[in-house]
Amino acid sequence: MSNLFTRYRWVILTILVFVFVTLFTAEFQQAQTTAVLASALRQSTPLVLGALCGVMCERSGVVNIGIEGQMLLSAFVGFMVASATGSLIAGIIAGMATGALMGASLAGLSVTLQGDQIIAGTVLNIAAFGISSYFFQQGLTLPSGKTPQVSLGPLADLPVIGRVFFINRPLTYLSLILIWVVWFVLFRTRWGLWTRSVGEVPSAAETVGISVARVRYTNLIAGGCLAGLGGAYLSLEAVGSFERMMTNGRGFVALAVMIFGRWNPIGIWGAALLFGYASAVQTQLQFRGWLADDPQFIGMIPYVVCIIVLAGFVGRARPPAAIGQPYSRE
Amino acid sequence: MRMLKPVAIPLIAVGLALGIGAIILVVSGANPIEAYGALIDGSLSSQKTIGRTLEKATPLIMGGLAVAFAFRAGLFNIGGQGQLVVGGIFSAAVGFGFEGLPWIIHAPMALAVGALAGAAWGSIAGILKATRGAHEVITTIMLNFVALNLTDWLASHSWKDEGILSRTPAVEESAVIPLWGSFPTGFLVAVAASIACWYLLERTNLGFEIRSVGLNGDAARYAGISVQRIVIATMAISGLLAGAGGAIETQGVVGRYEPGFNAGLGFNGITIALLARNHPLGVIPAALLIGAMEAGGSMMQFNADVAPEITDIIEALMLLFVATPIVVRWFFSRQEVAEVSVTAGWGSP
Repeated sequence: MSNLFTRYRWVILTILVFVFVTLFTAEFQQAQTTAVLASALRQSTPLVLGALCGVMCERSGVVNIGIEGQMLLSAFVGFMVASATGSLIAGIIAGMATGALMGASLAGLSVTLQGDQIIAGTVLNIAAFGISSYFFQQGLTLPSGKTPQVSLGPLADLPVIGRVFFINRPLTYLSLILIWVVWFVLFRTRWGLWTRSVGEVPSAAETVGISVARVRYTNLIAGGCLAGLGGAYLSLEAVGSFERMMTNGRGFVALAVMIFGRWNPIGIWGAALLFGYASAVQTQLQFRGWLADDPQFIGMIPYVVCIIVLAGFVGRARPPAAIGQPYSRE
Repeated sequence: MRMLKPVAIPLIAVGLALGIGAIILVVSGANPIEAYGALIDGSLSSQKTIGRTLEKATPLIMGGLAVAFAFRAGLFNIGGQGQLVVGGIFSAAVGFGFEGLPWIIHAPMALAVGALAGAAWGSIAGILKATRGAHEVITTIMLNFVALNLTDWLASHSWKDEGILSRTPAVEESAVIPLWGSFPTGFLVAVAASIACWYLLERTNLGFEIRSVGLNGDAARYAGISVQRIVIATMAISGLLAGAGGAIETQGVVGRYEPGFNAGLGFNGITIALLARNHPLGVIPAALLIGAMEAGGSMMQFNADVAPEITDIIEALMLLFVATPIVVRWFFSRQEVAEVSVTAGWGSP
């Protein structure tokens, strides 16, 4: 635990500073503080899922710049399926399947065809934008509404924390569990060891009998499921409808979150909460009518935070060594 | 056959993309012959529509050049959109802010200010990359969002037109880049920029250094080239090109800056640069192709009742086939086709 603290001290300290700033700016009004924190958690959920997708891909040595597109198309397909069938669960599964299919396409382009990974990801982004805009029909709704709010009994009665963590919707809970699942898979299982070795020195992994292609395909598809879940979260849990370009750059912010979280799911959670917090403050400022004449400056906040974080931290962050290079057996 | 080789991959990619686009049209219940017919009708059938194609192609050439130029140094500039809107609003500001200047001074001045604003915006990502190691793919995308908010703010405050709309006043007559019949003069500026880029890359020391950094950053460093300086200079020039594209669009087409100004250009720039295989002169035909698709898109919607977003799908397919040479290699038996590898991972340089 102390090791964890030293490694993530900057993330942890930043979060603490933000939490205290909230407490004081809200002048100890508990309702507002919890509202901001709960909103931060909700805003961080798609970033967590996107960044977990990123970490699955990058730990196996594939840059995935297409998370934005995976989330956008999954949000779209998930919404269309849920709208047509009336079943939210069908929508969520369809969203995950879409993300997985796009992950498989990325694997096909970058592993089998050995194309440039960043361009392959850009192809996904453009295709997702084109397809979702082309097939989108205005005026569709979800017959069953958004995913329902679930309150976890006595835990929900805890002060502050209860309202922030234990009264949420299902995909938010699921993402909180998935953080630990991905961490466990990457750092405590044989598959995780294979993944990390393929991401660092693929030739050595291949020498001991690990199939680089198989590991990369599996991780990209599993990561795609996570990004797809993030997309389904946006259309089926956060908003309850689909809009053109509804991801609004979240897939790219998720990449920054992944880098800031140092390619580690727990670090990612901290980083995502920071970004979620920046967005929550943005919403709160708009809500209170601060800077009402200049909403554009409030709109910039998450992106500026993202640039500052990248400029401040990425120089010191070390990505997996084999990232970005197609692997071919000699 | 040998003569055709450099253009073979782009041509096959375009053909495959149009073919699959046709299948998508059939699946979604439209008639592809009618749709493509309307596309050609709306882009190449008369002097007026050809003028419109050239007009659409002009900012695309500039955006494509911006991406292609940065690619030559191994940098992936997705920030064309942000650099374009910043260039657009600054040229608009010069365009409406000065009165009574002669055209020969006013129009080039507005163009130059727009281009320099784009260069400044582009160099932010260059500086962050060179000094802090922040990857340009993410910073340029984030800077796009910041630029859109910033220009939006300028258009609704300091530089706002009278009336309720958030847009700048129209530029003075003396800052307009005119139509010559139905031929947009701005197109000539874009062609000149392509030739200038080719000359800079292939015939100057700076161009040699840029290409060296793009081919192998470590080798360039050992040869005594300052990689950091090249990264910043390349991003500035790339931003200059995109900013000039925004200025031409403001002064020649829109006549002012308004929100929603040429959305989506950044991604088109990538497609064009790759179709052109990062060659500054190849950008011109690639941009004409995409420009024709954009110009004909509304006609396609009107005549064949097909949503113009189908062109986005076709562009994504073109990019797909161009970026993965193995797909196209099936068409060449045992012939070597040069690899396109343009980007590296997070680490370099």
